[in-house]
Amino acid sequence: MNKSSVSEDSMISDALASLLADRCGADVVRAIESGSPIADLWQAISEAGFADAMVSESHGGAGLSPAAVADCWMLAGRHALPLPLSETMIARAMLTETAIAIPNAPIALGVGHHTPAGTLRAVGVSGGRTAGAVLVTAAGDSRLLDTASARSERCAFELDLTLEWTASQWQAAPRLGTSLDTRLAQALVLSVQLAGALNAVFQRSLAWANEREQFGKPIGKFQAIQHQLALMAEESFAATMAARIACLPAPNGATSSQGLISVLAGIAPIRIATAKARTSEAALQVAQMAHAVHGAIGFTHEFDLQLLTRRLHAWRQTAGSESAWHDRVGQALLSPGASSIDLLRIATDVVAD
Amino acid sequence: MTTLAGFEPAAIPAEDEALRAEVRAFLAHHLAGLSAEARARSWAGYDPAFSRALGARGWLGITLPREYGGGGRSAFTRYVLVEEFLCAGAPVGSHWIADRQSGPLILKYGTEEQKRFHLPRICRGESFFCIGMSEPSSGSDLASVRTRARRNDAGWVLNGRKIWTTNAHHCHFMIALVRTSGEPTDRHVGLSQLIVDLSLPGVTVRPITDLTGDRHFCEVFFDDVQLGPEALIGSEGQGWAQVTAELAYERSGPERIYSSMVLFDEWLAWVRTPAGQSPGATRLAGKIASHLAPLRAMSIAVTAQLAAGESPVVEAALVKDLGTTLEQQIPAMIADDLASRDDVSQVPAELLATLAYVTRISPSFSLRGGTREILRGMIARGLGLR
Repeated sequence: MNKSSVSEDSMISDALASLLADRCGADVVRAIESGSPIADLWQAISEAGFADAMVSESHGGAGLSPAAVADCWMLAGRHALPLPLSETMIARAMLTETAIAIPNAPIALGVGHHTPAGTLRAVGVSGGRTAGAVLVTAAGDSRLLDTASARSERCAFELDLTLEWTASQWQAAPRLGTSLDTRLAQALVLSVQLAGALNAVFQRSLAWANEREQFGKPIGKFQAIQHQLALMAEESFAATMAARIACLPAPNGATSSQGLISVLAGIAPIRIATAKARTSEAALQVAQMAHAVHGAIGFTHEFDLQLLTRRLHAWRQTAGSESAWHDRVGQALLSPGASSIDLLRIATDVVAD
Repeated sequence: MTTLAGFEPAAIPAEDEALRAEVRAFLAHHLAGLSAEARARSWAGYDPAFSRALGARGWLGITLPREYGGGGRSAFTRYVLVEEFLCAGAPVGSHWIADRQSGPLILKYGTEEQKRFHLPRICRGESFFCIGMSEPSSGSDLASVRTRARRNDAGWVLNGRKIWTTNAHHCHFMIALVRTSGEPTDRHVGLSQLIVDLSLPGVTVRPITDLTGDRHFCEVFFDDVQLGPEALIGSEGQGWAQVTAELAYERSGPERIYSSMVLFDEWLAWVRTPAGQSPGATRLAGKIASHLAPLRAMSIAVTAQLAAGESPVVEAALVKDLGTTLEQQIPAMIADDLASRDDVSQVPAELLATLAYVTRISPSFSLRGGTREILRGMIARGLGLR
């Protein structure tokens, strides 16, 4: 049996777990969502080296693989971390390879397009509001742009931002030596963050069902509630499995991952597609059931559940919803000569040590 | 207490993966000419000659020790074999129960004599078993069984009846859960498992026609059936614990995610053609695969737990509930896709016949081996809610 985690991985995630428990409580998340600066939280995270976890050792980082940092991404979801740490890990690893100076700020990932007016526009950049820079890919060209100089528009989710740069800003921005498929990379980290948030929502709902009493007993003693929680467990576990598998190296022949070179070497796009689709579907189901179990209290601003369920909806809609990735998996399945069982094997097999 | 520990991604060893090519060649030869509608029956399909052919290849009882005629291989070996059988729609029904759970149960609880008698026959595909659990008044409430075995000088005298027993009319033996002491109100106490030779006087097997028109499950009557003392398997009074352990094997396997796989592949084959392709079908194909993939990984994770000697009862219940829900959605979603086409006359007749069969059999997916409601109750117990 091949377990995905080794002791070094759990050391880094244990350290992040304790830092977030200490520095990223619900009050901090609320404050940052309302516009408070991220400086204290960012300083604690970056000084501890988490942002450089995937930077190669030759460039002073920890050189960790996606599988090794997956638990950290999971924690970012579980704690509703209000800055794009997971994306920063990937961006920093990419930037150091091209010897681009690393800003001392979170880096978001964005998909950009050139507008008829000549500007470069990135719509709905996840974590764009707390990021100091964005690694934007447009037409196969990946560049690092700062957020301060961009024209910005607010998005539905409080921490997201639509950003627009002038043609000259784009031209002047440092360029990656290789193109990063930012949508695919972001789908990977968001599927893992979704899994973390799903598990947190499920565990909160379970705790609430044991705590809240009606008709003289905890509501978790009622069969209707028990079955809702059983379904939430099923969705959370299935989504988590899909996300974890996506972070593990795929069998040979499945890793033709254009745009994911080096940093995400060995990761198969079909596994990312499956993971983002499955976690996004689960996000909707689990958010609905969690609010049903919690009743009116879960619907208040004051109760912490909303910090997570708003993220479930936002992340489901970022880097492609389930249907976008279903299309991609479907195309792979329908390509000439494809076999469903063999595609499932590529999508799930764990490589033995 | 049974708890839900979670699922750890696990690798299928390379030596087991290596079997696939050989198995596929065997299946291509033996299944040639079999319609998709027939193959869709798979583990409900009865073909004793096919079972004997598998036995001759050494592919039955693959996890049982060599000294009893088995393959001496791991749970992963069986996973690979069974996954290939089910995806191809091989008619594995005759030996299915014996290979999946009766053999392992006899190995675990049987006497040396019982092992020497039964296991080699199971491995050769000559001895088929059925599961005697449900009774007319004991369905989900299994602990209320009334079939009773009373001791006498010759062994045991069996009276009562079992129902919904798959393939009883083709099987040689039943492993029955019966009351050997106390009353139905004693619940889990006083139950034992007996191996019943179905050829004995006093045994009457009456097949029941299901709504597809197939006769695969039966009612079995026991009227003063005289059994020898060796009929008892395991310990007297430990029947409930033995049955519970058996259910972990019964609930987590690939047959809980692949029951609609022949239909899925038949539909995909048509969607790949110019007449069948559509954006909606592409999306649906991806949706189904995105659900199957993590389920497969979870099923393999449970296999790893079984291989490590654990009894992942709650995890198995979770895989079965999630898996059978998907198995039931597949025919429903494919039907919607096909019937939404402007020109339904283009849809191949064999695809429609396969769809009709799977649609009709699909209610059984979440009934056989423990209903959805019972499984969700088990998951709730694993979560500490009961």
